[in-house]
Parts: sequence; C-alpha cells; structure tokens
Amino acid sequence: MIVETGHYALVLALALALAQFAIPLIGARLNDVALMRVARPTAITQFLFVALSYGALTYAHVVSDFSLVNVIENSHSLKPFIYKISGVWGNHEGSMLLWVLVLSFCGALIAIFSNAMSDRLRSDALAIQGLLGAAFLLFILLTSNPFARVAPAPWEGRDLNPILQDPGLAIHPPLLYLGYVGFSIVFSFAAAALIGGRIDAAWARVIRPWTLFAWIALTLGIAMGSYWAYYTLGWGGFWFWDPVENASLMPWIAGTALLHSAAVMEKREALKVWTIFLSILAFSLSLLGTFLVRSGVLTSVHAFASDPDRGVFILAILVLFIGGALALFALRAGALPVGGLFAPISREGALVLNNLLLSACCATVVVGTLYPLALEALTGEKISVGAPFFNTVLIPIALPLALLMPIGQMLSWKRGDLLAALQRLRVAFVVGVVAAAAFGAQYGTPFLSIIAAGIAIYLVVGGLSDLVIRARGSSGRPSFKRLAGLPLSAFGTSIAHAGMGLTLLGLAATGWGVESIVAMKPLSFYDVGPYQIGIESVSPRQGPNYSEVYAVMAVRKDGATIATIEPAKRFYQARRMARSEAGIVTLGLGQVYAAIGESHEDGTVDARLYWKPLVTLIWIGALVMAFGGALSLADRRLRIGVPRRAAAPALEPAE
Amino acid sequence: MTRKGKRLTLIAGAMAVLGLAAGLMLFALRDNIVFFYTPSELAKKQVASGARLRIGGLVKEGSVVKNGRDVNFTVTDKTSDLTVSYTGLLPDLFREGQGVVVDGVLQPSGAFRADSVLAKHDERYMPRDVADALKKQGVWQGETK
Repeated sequence: MIVETGHYALVLALALALAQFAIPLIGARLNDVALMRVARPTAITQFLFVALSYGALTYAHVVSDFSLVNVIENSHSLKPFIYKISGVWGNHEGSMLLWVLVLSFCGALIAIFSNAMSDRLRSDALAIQGLLGAAFLLFILLTSNPFARVAPAPWEGRDLNPILQDPGLAIHPPLLYLGYVGFSIVFSFAAAALIGGRIDAAWARVIRPWTLFAWIALTLGIAMGSYWAYYTLGWGGFWFWDPVENASLMPWIAGTALLHSAAVMEKREALKVWTIFLSILAFSLSLLGTFLVRSGVLTSVHAFASDPDRGVFILAILVLFIGGALALFALRAGALPVGGLFAPISREGALVLNNLLLSACCATVVVGTLYPLALEALTGEKISVGAPFFNTVLIPIALPLALLMPIGQMLSWKRGDLLAALQRLRVAFVVGVVAAAAFGAQYGTPFLSIIAAGIAIYLVVGGLSDLVIRARGSSGRPSFKRLAGLPLSAFGTSIAHAGMGLTLLGLAATGWGVESIVAMKPLSFYDVGPYQIGIESVSPRQGPNYSEVYAVMAVRKDGATIATIEPAKRFYQARRMARSEAGIVTLGLGQVYAAIGESHEDGTVDARLYWKPLVTLIWIGALVMAFGGALSLADRRLRIGVPRRAAAPALEPAE
Repeated sequence: MTRKGKRLTLIAGAMAVLGLAAGLMLFALRDNIVFFYTPSELAKKQVASGARLRIGGLVKEGSVVKNGRDVNFTVTDKTSDLTVSYTGLLPDLFREGQGVVVDGVLQPSGAFRADSVLAKHDERYMPRDVADALKKQGVWQGETK
C-alpha cells in the first residue's frame, strides 16, 4: 500500500509540475498576479509529493520488500541498514528519483527564498523549474519506474553492487546532485530573465547566492566521489578522467566561471550576455552529464544497465532544454543593452581572463569526453582519451590561471595598477620560490611537481595576503579591528583561493608518490618511501553479507611501529563478486596505502603498497574551497531577500 | 584607449587564449589517444608493433598461467586469440571466461605486453566494447538490456 501511495504521489507530482509550468507563465503574460502566485505553493507541494514518493521507495528498501523489481535487483535482506538507505540511489531508477527530488527541492527553495524580486521573475523562473520537473517525472514514470512490481516475489534479493556498499556512497550522490541540479535554479532564472527581457545588476545579485550554493555542493560532491574512488577501487588513483567524472567536472568549471562573471555583472553591469550564457551552460552541462551517465552510451563502472529508450528520452529532454534556452538566448541576447567596457588592467579585466581560461579548460574536458563518442559514431573507430590528453592540455592552462588568481584579487575595479599589485604579492612570490626549492630538495624530480608546488604555495600565501593588506588599510599596520570589519565575502574569496592552492599542492605531490607491487613474505618488511611495511598476520573474517581475508600490516619508521593497517579482500556471496578494501593510514598530510591481492599457500601475499606524500591536501583543499564559498554565501550583502543597505555609489558610465 | 581599441584588445586576447587551447588540444589528440581493438580486429588491421593499444575481449578458459607475479593469458573474442603477458597484481574481478580490457604495447612477436589490466564484470555489467564485439560475432549470451 505504501508503495502504491509513493507511485501515485509521483503521478500527482507530475500533474503539479505541469500546473507549475503553465499557470504562472500565462499569468506573467497576462499580468495577472493571482495566476502568478500559484507558482510558489505549487512548487512547495510538488516537492512534498516527490519527497513522499521517495520516502515510499526508501521504505520498500528498508523493509526489503522483494515484490519490487528495484529492491530485488539492488538489495539483500542481510545488507547493513545504511546501505539499504543509500542503495535507494545506487541504481538507475532510484538515482533518477533522487535527481527529481533534488530538482523539486530546488524549486521549493526558490519559492521560499524569493521575496526580494518581482512577481514576474519569480513566477517565470518557477515555471521553467516546473517544466524541468515535468520532463524528468515523465521520464521516470515512462521509462524508469522504480515502483514496478513482480509476482511472485522472490525470497531474497540480488544485493547491491559491492563497490557501492560503502559509507562514501551514502554522501556522494546526494551532494553531487545538489550541485548538479542546483544549477537548474540559475538556469531557470536565466531563462526567466530572457523571457522577461530585464537583465541587470539586480538579476546578478539574485543568482549569485544560488550559484554559490550549487557550486559548494558540487565541490564537496566531487571531492567526496574522488576520495571514495581512491579508497575503494584499490588502485590508489583519485581521478580517472572517466566520462562520468568529467560529467561532474564540466558543470563545476562552468559554475566557477559563472561565479566570477556574475561578480562583474553585479558590480559593473558588464558581461551581461556572457553571464546569462554561462548560467545556461552550467546546467546544460549537468544535463549532458546526466545523458552520458543515464543513457548508457558510455563504457563505465557508473553506467548501470543501459537501455536505448532511456537514452533517446533523455536526449529529447536535453535537446528541448538546451536547444530551447539557446534559441531564447539567440533571440533575446541581441536586444540586451550592451554593458560597459573596461580597461584590460582591472579587476574586471582579470575576471574576464579568468573566464577565458576556465572556458578553455571546460572546452578541453568537453572535447576529451565527447570526441571518442563522436569518432565512434562517425567512423566506428574506438579510442580512449585518458590522463595524458587531459594533462597535456590542462596543465599549461591551469598553472597560468593559478598564477593570475592572486593578481586579480589585488587589482581594483575599473582601473588597476599592475605594478602595485605585483609589488603587494612580492612576499607570496618569494615564499613560493623558497617553497619550490625546499620541495625540490626534499622530494626531487619531477620538475613539474616542483613548479606546481611552488605555484600552489604562492597561491595560498597570495590569496590570504589580500586580507592582510586590506586589514592594514592606509596606516601600514594590520589591525584586527579592520580585519574583522572586512566583508565576509572578502574572506570567502581569499579562503577559497587558498583552498585551490592546497588542492594544487596535493595534486603536485602525486608526482612524488612511491608505488611498489610486491609478493610480501610474512614478517619481512618492504620499503615504501620513508616507511617499511610488513605483514603480521593474515586471517579470514565474516562480515554481515560478505566474507573477507584481511591482513594486519605494521607500518614502521626507523624500526619502530607507528601504525597498523588492515587491507582486506572481500567476497560478496550474493553477487559472487570480490572487492578490495584498502588499508590506509594518514601520516602527517600524506598517506600510506595498501591493497592486497591473492594470498598463496606459502604464506606470501600479493600487495600493492603506496606512499603518497601530501595527498590529503587534495581533499582538504576542496573542503577549504567549500568553506570559503560558504562564508561568501553567509555575507549579509549577498543574502537573498535582504535589500541593499546603502545605494552603491552612482555608477559612472564605464567609458 | 578608445572604446574600439579596448574591444579589439579583448577580442584579440580571447582569440589568443582560445587559439592556444585549441592548438594544445589538437597536439594532445594526435599523440595521446589510444585505439581500442578486439583480437580479431587486430588480426585484420596489420597494426605495427610498438603501438600503444587497448584490447578488449574475454579471458580464455584455461589460458591463465601464473609464475610469481608474471601472468600470461589469452584474450579472445571467440574468433581470434591474442597472447598477453603482464607483471603485477590482477584486479579483483579478473577471472577466466570474463570480460577484460588490457592496455599496453604490441610486441614484434605478435604477443601483447600489458601494463594495465582492467576487469569488470557482474551480471549486469560488461565493458561495452567487449559486449559490442561479442554481439557482432554472434556469441553474446548475456541479457541485452
């Protein structure tokens, strides 16, 4: 009964989504406030119905209702409780339902936090959000119904893919979707602005918090996913340039560009057309990612069962929304008032350069992801484009971008002084060079790692020194009072930039990692970087729905044991699948990582041992970036619904 | 600078950055892509030895010979076979009769020296390249969904 309620709630949500699309849109054209105001309650109710439906599916998973195909294929009565909950989105149907849940949640958020805007903009935006919801609800109901029943119900389910039975999976997809789908809000506002024809600094103020919100979630989601891949796949890699990972990286890069161009639009009324375009692009790339992942066109661990009907349906949604938005853009962009131009050496000039470089990065990822698909479709040749391609193209773009980041922060709006900015960064330059030398002395080659690490340190120091300089004011002495008086968004920028520096340092340090593949004899120790690792015992153990062989390994330094790790090889009975559980210990900022393979009769165990210096910085940096974003989001001046306290100094026409 | 001058600077700068990126991409695409073949495609193609390739197929039943960490096995698509040698740990999902993708270099002898072995299998998943190749050969047995 609960399951049927959930199914029915989904159908009702579809009806509400259609109402949410049509009524406010017509209302806005007729200037009928009553019709426009239908948007808010409908959006909130639609969310509640989707949530009810999602709750029903979760219930079916938790009580192991094996009359549902979805539950049979992805659950098992012995599966631990947390994976019964996370297993709901560990499959195609459930994850699409989560997608729609997040989409309708975003609609509800717009409805709740949109007091400070015209009825018209709000109702148009909610109408677009409604149309998105309707399209995806229809997709679920027609091609991917999670509530399909089967009779007779089997006694036992087939269990969740063991790779997905991990705490990381409990957090990664919801966060990722919040980011991915969060960009739908910005998309809806862009489309609404194009429909209404009013695009100004106020619009930029409306979308900035939403962009930040989606960007923060996406940053955390990507970092989480990469850490999950790192410790579950047993290869010690954290990014594989898998098309599915790229699918999340593309909107992230576009979103980062959008954050910066929206700042220019808000402050200087420039880059309007470009900002609108990026708003459309960010979510279009999310949709493209959804298509790549959900249609099964890819060879990837993320592609669950593939089904051509689904592919065609999502492709139709993709064409409808991206094509529709771009057509609207083409129709209206020409009529938009041209914003001010500005001097090349200025904050806005630097932000334009930032946008150019980020666009180039984004285009690279798009090409690298789609080129193999296009080539195969056209010629039948199958190729793989992997790390070498992305490294060759992205490193020469990303490193200059990193060099420019603090410089951009130091330039003032309208007309900047490049020399003065460079002078203010001299401390950062010196620290960066010294750090590069120190890293070179400690770890040695590769040369690229040394350079990247130097730039990373410069980025951290340069990002933060903006705060120090601003705290100093004109008096020359940093004052705490002045520091505390700085807007939160200034802290946000500096901290987010510093976080990027930390991540870059972690990435640079991958060049200094040590890998060793050995057949480990009991009680002998093997060198891995500065540590020695040896097996103390190997024994079997029984888990709730798996059996495992685990090794107790001691990590030694200078003869003393400093840590023990327990890498294991697990075997899941229901799916007859094995997977590794890496043994990891964090030492300083680096990690010792061990994964075991087969054990032999003579007691030796095949193992993969790694020492990864500074590797944790990759994810710590992402957390710091997200924290910086959160600070900016908390800035009162940017908060949604808070009117500007004082009118900005009258904008001079930018020459 | 005049308004026109500024606009020109902006456009020229944009072109320079995008041109650079496009150049880098073309350069990288020429050198860094790897072609994927099945054993029978490889047999037909006359690929020069020394080329970096990615081969997909099934691990032939009874072909896996282990000697310490050196492993030899045969990748088959049921039409042609290819002998593969590899040193290192095999992935968890590597098993005879299951799908496998190997990256490496074709040797003058016609054998294949792999530097990485990827295996992915379960009832619902098989590398798509392998599935396509097997379907073409008419030996596909799995569910098509």
